[in-house]
Amino acid sequence: MSAGGGLDRRKFMLLAGGGIAVFVALGLRLALKSDGTPQYPEDFNAYLLIGKNGRVAVYSGKIEMGQGVMTSQAQMLAEELGVSVHSIDMVLGDTDLCPFDFGTFGSLTTRMFGPALRAAGAKARAALIELAAKRLGVAAAALRVDDGVVSVAGAPQRRVSFAELAGGARITRIADRNAVLRTFKQFRVMGRSVKRLDGEVKVTGAAKYAADLRLPEMLYASILRPPMHGAMLMQIDTAAAARMPGVTIVNDRGLIAALHADPQSAAAARQAIRPVWSLPATTVDSETIYQHLAADAESLRVIADRGDVDAARKHAARVTESTFLKGYVAHAPMEPHAALAEIKNGRATVWASTQTPFPTRDRIAAALGMGHGAVRVITPYLGGGFGGKSADTQAVEAARLAQISGRPVQVAWTRAEEFFNDTFDPAAVVRVASAVDAHGRIALWDYAVHGAGERGAIPCYGAANLRVRSGTELHYGPATRGPSIHPFAVGPWRAPGANMNIFATESQIDIMAAAAAVDPLEFRLRNLADARLRRVLEAAAAAFGWTRATAPSKRGYGIACSIDAGTYVATIAAVGVDSSSGSVKVSRIVCAQDMGIVVNPDGARMQMEGGITMGLGYTLAEELQFRGGDILDQNFGTYHIPRFSWVPRIETVLVENNDVPPQGGGEPAITATGGAIANAVYDATGARLLRLPMTPARVRAALGAMAQS
Amino acid sequence: MGMIRTIQFRLNGRAQALHTDDRRTLLWVLRTDYALTGTKYGCGEGYCAACTVLLDGAPIHACQTPVSALDGKEVTTIEGLAADGALHPLQQAFIDHGGFQCGYCTSGMLLGAAALLRGNPHPAREDIVQALDHHLCRCGAHQRIVAAIESVAGGKDASP
Repeated sequence: MSAGGGLDRRKFMLLAGGGIAVFVALGLRLALKSDGTPQYPEDFNAYLLIGKNGRVAVYSGKIEMGQGVMTSQAQMLAEELGVSVHSIDMVLGDTDLCPFDFGTFGSLTTRMFGPALRAAGAKARAALIELAAKRLGVAAAALRVDDGVVSVAGAPQRRVSFAELAGGARITRIADRNAVLRTFKQFRVMGRSVKRLDGEVKVTGAAKYAADLRLPEMLYASILRPPMHGAMLMQIDTAAAARMPGVTIVNDRGLIAALHADPQSAAAARQAIRPVWSLPATTVDSETIYQHLAADAESLRVIADRGDVDAARKHAARVTESTFLKGYVAHAPMEPHAALAEIKNGRATVWASTQTPFPTRDRIAAALGMGHGAVRVITPYLGGGFGGKSADTQAVEAARLAQISGRPVQVAWTRAEEFFNDTFDPAAVVRVASAVDAHGRIALWDYAVHGAGERGAIPCYGAANLRVRSGTELHYGPATRGPSIHPFAVGPWRAPGANMNIFATESQIDIMAAAAAVDPLEFRLRNLADARLRRVLEAAAAAFGWTRATAPSKRGYGIACSIDAGTYVATIAAVGVDSSSGSVKVSRIVCAQDMGIVVNPDGARMQMEGGITMGLGYTLAEELQFRGGDILDQNFGTYHIPRFSWVPRIETVLVENNDVPPQGGGEPAITATGGAIANAVYDATGARLLRLPMTPARVRAALGAMAQS
Repeated sequence: MGMIRTIQFRLNGRAQALHTDDRRTLLWVLRTDYALTGTKYGCGEGYCAACTVLLDGAPIHACQTPVSALDGKEVTTIEGLAADGALHPLQQAFIDHGGFQCGYCTSGMLLGAAALLRGNPHPAREDIVQALDHHLCRCGAHQRIVAAIESVAGGKDASP
């Protein structure tokens, strides 16, 4: 049975009332490098049930937040099982029905969970063939499976459907590592651009997100927030608010809210609450944060070491030292956090926009003083996550308010609450010293990252003498934990840490290439031994039409590459820089990616385009403004995210590599965006921007400094 | 100050008599009184256009519109875009081109695009970008949304 407290096998068959069930127990030993995320347990990670009606239900703890895994998971199962994707019902992120899962993050669904699903499909198919062999009186080897029907090869009229086979059966199987998966040459469903299964509900407005759910007697909550993080409540007067008709005021252990059957009335009542706050002294702000982060030097840990860095530094003809900066970046999903909670007959049910339904269930249980078996979290569609829907305090808030008020309660954060409560992508400082030898090969690479964590910090380049260090360890797990070097909560943000590390690394590589008067592509190829990355770089260059030149060539072309989530990425950007305004306009981006077997090519391209587009934000505009715990950005009027007029022509190239199982797709492409654009700005202007985002003011300043020197 | 009164208007083709405080906001009235939750809250201040609906065919931000503005008018929400159960050509095009990921901005995008095509059945790419530039999408479906709209604008089903 599931150690995490998901549905166990016995209960599952009782609920299902028969059919053919397959449990997946691959015991996936998943150890994420250095980020503190726990491993998958030796446990049942998915159930698959073929019902009497022939429909296939998949129960998966993974959730759909726009990344398309509802469709790609169905495709993987359909391939192995031998059914149409349209006969599959995906049940996602329901802690009562689905087996335990840590959460949907890290581009892990297809990489880590896919093999389990496929094994389940293969096992079910074998069981069905076995049943059909008995029913049809032929050897299993003589049977074939097409679209949910088993038939005798060469005699298609001798057939029996999955529905007929499942009807009388009550069979359970456990999938294991030994399941024989179909090979690339056999694929009929994987590798195809199957249209998304969530398309129709999303274009008709029928798709339900957490804030769209309604229950009889439900109340809407409006929660009092402090003016800044660290503020203490000294006094509160709720009398005026409480007198408003239909209002319930809750003031319980730090949770202060107005509840009302109408959301606007709840908000009006909350505004009538009179709090007196004691504000902490502000320490750091959007400008001084970097000194604070870099002062943490004594905590640096060595995460990669080879050769003799100190000797190399001494002997180098010229050492290039750079310091790169990046501010805090918000997740800003279009859907703010929301949850609806109902407590009935001693059980709590919470519909929540969460990437981590099981950990969220456990946090709710702890807050309510209930066992986790008494709490059910159901995950509707998420309106974007990007790592930000992992802490889920809104679900705990809704559950507590439901418990206190005795009514179903919906918590739907305003945009201001979304900014205030975000677990931001951390600000970071990278310091790197490097040198090349007489042959244009990297002889020294001494790299230290403060604040961002180490994903992407170890370069894919060969360097004879290399040291990589990372500051205070950041836990990029499902929830932000403990105090940290940052003035407010930070957490995983699409490819956590890698955006900063790849920006810094790829900028420094370009600086060295320019100093050595070598074409940036040529310089990379000269220093890269990895055949896959070389092939991806060459594919991007071919698609772009790269011709060799030493930067700055005035063409405005920049290149960057990375390896992230098992996927190899190379990006080339073309930009124009308006020297009077300092604004950077990206006109074209070509991105080539080797992600092993591609489950859904169109879906993979959508993730690449999405990552590149989102990447324009951290590269050119997004930087949270704050003073200590005072989050100054509260809406899109000051915090600007990419919009239609920013988006270049994006061309994606999927570099075929069918010898490798499917790798990560949601995150890799965003990691190279910042570096490619920064290098393109240098190529256009000769000015090197060391700080993200490259706002017009910073570009103007860099151009001005260059003109003076 | 507003007042409690009856507002007569049409909602997705049907006559409505809404008795309420006329200062209330259309977004919340749609989402609560009518349970039409396809219209989304994204920012509450008119920055993101996720709450876009059509008022007599013109796109408005429902989060910025009091119901006092509805008298005698026609409101079209995403639930009213598909006629008689058949998807609007733009809805089909969004599916075909992958013009959405999480789907949260999609209702507003579709209504903004429908309004654009009503006024300009064959917009240039720049017209589409300009018309939708205040519609925010965090997933990065922009390129495909433009392609979806272009595919409808180029075809004979262009007028919504």
